[in-house]
Amino acid sequence: MTCEHFALGESILHSADPRVKLLLAAGYAVVTVGLESLEGQILALLGGLLLVIGAHLSLKEILRRLFVVNLFVLMLWLILPWTTTGSGVVHWGPVVITSEGLNLALSITLKCNTIILANLALLSTSTIFSLTHALAHLRVPSKIVQLIFFSWRYFHVIDSEFHRMNHAIKVRGFKPGSNLHTYRTYAHLIGTLFVKSLERGESVHKAMLCRGFDGTFWLLSHFYLRPSDICLGCLTATYLLLVIGIEWSSPWH
Amino acid sequence: MHISEGVLTVPVLLAGAGGAMLGLAVGLRHMDVQEIPRVALLTAAFFVASLVHIPIGPSNAHLVLNGILGILLGWTAFPAIFIGLFFQAVLFQFGGFTTLGINTLNMAVPSVVMGALARPALRSNSGIFSLVMAGIAGAGAIIMSAAMVAGSLSLSGDPFVPVSRLIFAAHIPIAIIEGVLSVLIISFLLKTKPEVIKG
Repeated sequence: MTCEHFALGESILHSADPRVKLLLAAGYAVVTVGLESLEGQILALLGGLLLVIGAHLSLKEILRRLFVVNLFVLMLWLILPWTTTGSGVVHWGPVVITSEGLNLALSITLKCNTIILANLALLSTSTIFSLTHALAHLRVPSKIVQLIFFSWRYFHVIDSEFHRMNHAIKVRGFKPGSNLHTYRTYAHLIGTLFVKSLERGESVHKAMLCRGFDGTFWLLSHFYLRPSDICLGCLTATYLLLVIGIEWSSPWH
Repeated sequence: MHISEGVLTVPVLLAGAGGAMLGLAVGLRHMDVQEIPRVALLTAAFFVASLVHIPIGPSNAHLVLNGILGILLGWTAFPAIFIGLFFQAVLFQFGGFTTLGINTLNMAVPSVVMGALARPALRSNSGIFSLVMAGIAGAGAIIMSAAMVAGSLSLSGDPFVPVSRLIFAAHIPIAIIEGVLSVLIISFLLKTKPEVIKG
């Protein structure tokens, strides 16, 4: 199973230094979450759209991702407008739709989608391995970096193990339903998965000891800041400053 | 069970990030470097298991298994859950950078608490009592996580209170399924590889 659909590509964002992208993604998310004015939020969303356009990602796949996350946002639209107190816009008997509620739902929709777009453009255009490397270079504790590295390395192995066993139970005529037999079958499947991964963990550890593992995570690939990375960093940072400026000069603030 | 980006207020997010960092620090301190392969492989296994959809009546739910994670990993559940959420954020855009902290906290604290609650019983005997404790840990971790998610939403403003009640209620059937599965998984592990639990 490959989940890194967006990591392959040749856009400017794909070839950019993952350290820069990680910092920009974090900065973009932090700035966006704090925005309170409509102008600031719309400007941030536009920036997110520009980044996604710059990354040349498949529109269909982007819409699919946005759809899934917006199901939760849709639920908020159905509830927040009439649970928020404020000045009523529409009155249906006891139900009052308030403008404060609508504004809250709108603001969440804008911020949520902005951060998703920025993440798609900045994070999903790197493989997990290069992000892991970037985290190590950004001085994230080595234990966390190694855990991410090994978990991702073996996620695929364990996932294919799981699919093999899943095929095996299907071939034997297993049909999932809401009954104890189904739950027991899944429990045994997952239990076997745990046992197998623990055993594999032991053999991986032994193999690592044979190769002299002492807890050090050696970094083999290094990143070099190129002029294009500095450009990307400066441009995005300037844009974020502009968003903050608009936010502060807005009457909403 | 994660809260999307852009919903929670900044103080709630900051508190979540601080709490998660504290938990991560304790979790990493509890883990020796030589344990990295074991913990990483279990993290990967939990991530795969969390993609399994279990039928419940006409619908289905994906597993969380943070109760079992706490039983098997103790404090190390913190980094394991953090990494699972990191993968989900990068790969599927479920949750993201600013909610990574609060989401980790909401899932990992119940995991550690329920693990600590059930482990003494699981270590000392393998009878019906240990299975009851496994069920309590499995269901309890979901209930506690749902309560914490509802709490963090409610702290972000009064309009979210009805939403958070709805989310809490939706997790009750999931908690029951998780409880049943936890009993079955632990009983399987006690039969096939008891040293996993007995340590």
